Amino acid sequence: MSDITVKINSQECKAQEGEYILNVARANGIFIPAICYLTRCSPTLACRICLVEADGKQVYACNAKVKNGMNIETVTENILKERRAIMEVYDVNHPLQCGVCDQSGSCELQNYTLELGVDSQTYSIADTVRESKNWSSVLHYDAGLCIVCERCVTVCKDMIGDSAIKTTARGGEALDKSYKDTMPKDAYAMWNKLQKSVIAPSNGTEQTNCSDCGECVAVCPVGALVSRDFVYTTNAWELNRIPATCAHCSSGCHIYYETKPTSISNREEKIYRVTNEWNYMSLCGAGRFGYDFENTNVSKDEKAFALAIEAFKKAQTIRFNATITNEEALMLQTLKEKLGVKLVNDEVRAFQKFLNAYSDASGKSLYGSDFKELMNSDFIISVGSILRKDNPNARYVFNNVQKMNKGAGLYFHPIGDTVIPTFGKSVETFNHKVGLEEAVCYLILDLFAPKDKLSDEVKDYIESFKDGDTNGLVELLGKDSAKFKASFDKMMGKKSSFGLMVGEDFFYHEKSENLAKLIALIEEVTPLNIAFIPPKSNALGVSLICELDDEATGYTIGYNENGDFKLSALGDGNLDIPALNQQEGTLTNMNKKVVPTNSALEYNGYELNDIMKALFDVPRLAIDWTAYLPVDKGFMSHEFDSLPNHYTNAGVELRGYSLVKFTREANEIKVDRFDEKAILEGDIVCRANPQRQFSDFTDKAHQINEAFGLYVSDAKSKSIGTSKAEISFGDERLILDVMVDDRMEGDIVALPDFQSKHNVYGLFGTSRYKIVTIKGV
Amino acid sequence: MSLEQFKDRNVGVQNYRQLDLPQSPTTAMCKVKQVAKRSLKGELFVGLGVTVREMVSTLFGKGLHTTQYPFEKLPISPRYRAIHEMLRLLESGNYRCIGCGLCEKICISNCISMETRYDENQRKEVSAYTINFGRCIFCGYCAEVCPELAIVHGGRYETASEQRASFSLFEDMLTPIDQLSLQQEYQGFGAVSPNADDNIKKTPLAY
Repeated sequence: MSDITVKINSQECKAQEGEYILNVARANGIFIPAICYLTRCSPTLACRICLVEADGKQVYACNAKVKNGMNIETVTENILKERRAIMEVYDVNHPLQCGVCDQSGSCELQNYTLELGVDSQTYSIADTVRESKNWSSVLHYDAGLCIVCERCVTVCKDMIGDSAIKTTARGGEALDKSYKDTMPKDAYAMWNKLQKSVIAPSNGTEQTNCSDCGECVAVCPVGALVSRDFVYTTNAWELNRIPATCAHCSSGCHIYYETKPTSISNREEKIYRVTNEWNYMSLCGAGRFGYDFENTNVSKDEKAFALAIEAFKKAQTIRFNATITNEEALMLQTLKEKLGVKLVNDEVRAFQKFLNAYSDASGKSLYGSDFKELMNSDFIISVGSILRKDNPNARYVFNNVQKMNKGAGLYFHPIGDTVIPTFGKSVETFNHKVGLEEAVCYLILDLFAPKDKLSDEVKDYIESFKDGDTNGLVELLGKDSAKFKASFDKMMGKKSSFGLMVGEDFFYHEKSENLAKLIALIEEVTPLNIAFIPPKSNALGVSLICELDDEATGYTIGYNENGDFKLSALGDGNLDIPALNQQEGTLTNMNKKVVPTNSALEYNGYELNDIMKALFDVPRLAIDWTAYLPVDKGFMSHEFDSLPNHYTNAGVELRGYSLVKFTREANEIKVDRFDEKAILEGDIVCRANPQRQFSDFTDKAHQINEAFGLYVSDAKSKSIGTSKAEISFGDERLILDVMVDDRMEGDIVALPDFQSKHNVYGLFGTSRYKIVTIKGV
Repeated sequence: MSLEQFKDRNVGVQNYRQLDLPQSPTTAMCKVKQVAKRSLKGELFVGLGVTVREMVSTLFGKGLHTTQYPFEKLPISPRYRAIHEMLRLLESGNYRCIGCGLCEKICISNCISMETRYDENQRKEVSAYTINFGRCIFCGYCAEVCPELAIVHGGRYETASEQRASFSLFEDMLTPIDQLSLQQEYQGFGAVSPNADDNIKKTPLAY
């Protein structure tokens, strides 16, 4: 990668070697029309409209790479002829229903038809019957409107990893032979392909089997793919776009809440949909469809407020979770400092301990890499995370590395997953026994650490597993070591940058301190770039800002959690507080960025800062706290209003600021050996949510319908045999519906934690896995 | 009603005739003479005669020009912009409105509001539609932009009411289904021009 210069329309442009012409042009504000291309995905070459002339030769800007000194012309007479013909072809038989189409006004077909001045039609062909279909609970596909640009197929494969849709035969008439001679060449080729295909679920049924992320809806240039809830409810131009940050998981994705008055009689704003900058950031189903979690019909209840003040005065503990802004976390920390209350946070405490242990061992205040960097690596390892359920973005990164960087991947997790191996040919999955997480780390050290950098003790320990050609560590983790060695050698070919993502299993672990040290050691001695997946929304922010305690004692205030006095944004507490789509503030995401979010909906009740104001002399607005976030923890004293929240045309993320990382001298890292006796045997339950569910807030959203139940693999459901199961943790028993997750494998079952009323964290304690007894009832 | 009289704005070619007037008196003597002449000639009675004649023809003939408003109303120009009407399709009786939202968008006083939904027949249905006549300035943009000629200006210019809401509901503006046969095609702003066919190019069809 080196800087080069190219000339586009005689304008000098700086570029990186290996960049596509289209991206260079976009970064420099030069317009090249393109329909099928998606940044961060592989070029599809379906539309062919991005035709340009590079050094006198016609190439497609989306898949031709720039070379030093290249001369590029974006418009020539022939190119214009091709482009116009292509747009005419797209307009052939396109239904004239812009009046009712949801995409009207933001439609790329409309825009390019206008841009290229298509005012008459020269081509024609008999149309094929194409019916609109519902692919899932959220996806609505109108094949009649589809222009088969294949962006949905591309994003589903290259970014999301579900590969749930594909092109299939349309059954249309063949093109008239005479067109071949009379039409521009590229337009004919594009039409020939278009006329043969239409999009359909790739499993051969009428229904997609996917994670319902809705990214295909986002990338659709026309109105063919729309979410079922949104179809025909409003026009795009009526919607007010509010840049915000998704509050559901630690990805902290950039989103726009799109609002408009609820109805003619109710002029209160309502969120109609969530959109994203799909070229630069992909959402998951929770982010896209779980937006209506606001606290409605709230007014200032003075009596409840007076009670709340009393409660805070006598409180000994405040229990809260990770779905909270940095500012609110700082307020709670202030309460701790001034009133001496304990702060209890089950979702974050274990992560905070892990992070502290890591910092102590490595001398770094934060993990070294982030997921943006990991996305550019060509070898990625995931440990301790159920990628599909824990964090959608980490999963997208894992998948994207396979698809775009000719990458390879290692996936370590006790729960088998049928999706991960489909990400790429060079993906090896280890479904090891629960309790062998340390062994995973030792295997990574064995595979990646140069032997001279390891201490003798560690080196000898690793060697002690080896017996001739057999690597005991690989065998212990459930794979044949000879086979693995062969495939690993193949995987390592031509690889230059390596990434490791560390997930929740490592934080909620009896030996989390040793694991943190092992991770620190791996970062120090191997070339792996390391990033953690913070367990929930703002877990990273809370763990930096708050000093958390282990146990709750005495009178407890619950902040969106259970307690003697409950403040709740879910409308079920003693005092109402705003939900995260009703308040301003900042969140800290897993890319170590402090990103702002704005309020999309009106809120007329009290918020935490009102209580703070009643108790102490504090700033007037919650966002006035932004500048006081702890600088010694890496925050900066920026005013909230100075924080940007957008992407540039070049894809540069201008959102908030990055946390400052501190480094200090660290001692040599001493790691412990692992104990094979720690392996859990028997019926094991793992604390894991179904995809699209993260908290009570996602559960409240009307389009998220994954229920609270026991998630099991197909095989396990057969062995349970009934539709309900009793699961007992010693004395505590839960009777739950058995839900089959057909992408899970193995006997370990998953118990969700998204409903706080079940106190699932209480059942699991400091571990993510428990031995239980499961029986059908 | 024909539009000829409204379309003919070319005043220059109409038949004007200069009146055959005598010269105005110049000297004082001339003025005295003119007064004396007019007083004695009985011209006063000529005028009275006209009045009596008109009175008789009005009372006993058919020369009455008074319109008995509100019992009678004069026909109004199709380009007059009064309270809106929502038209129906003549064949099926369905609403013409497809819910495209262009009227809502173009409205410069922001007084149109609509709700749409995906109906059982997989079509876009307008489930609610109002115009706030307290705000409407009757500019006619909505009628002009409407691609279906569904919203048009009607001739109901009497907008005094106890409540302006009386006019604003979709049902109030909609052609009653039993009067569908009486529904007039709109001729005002936004109507199809007489030479529309000459101005479009035909799209080739492969059927």
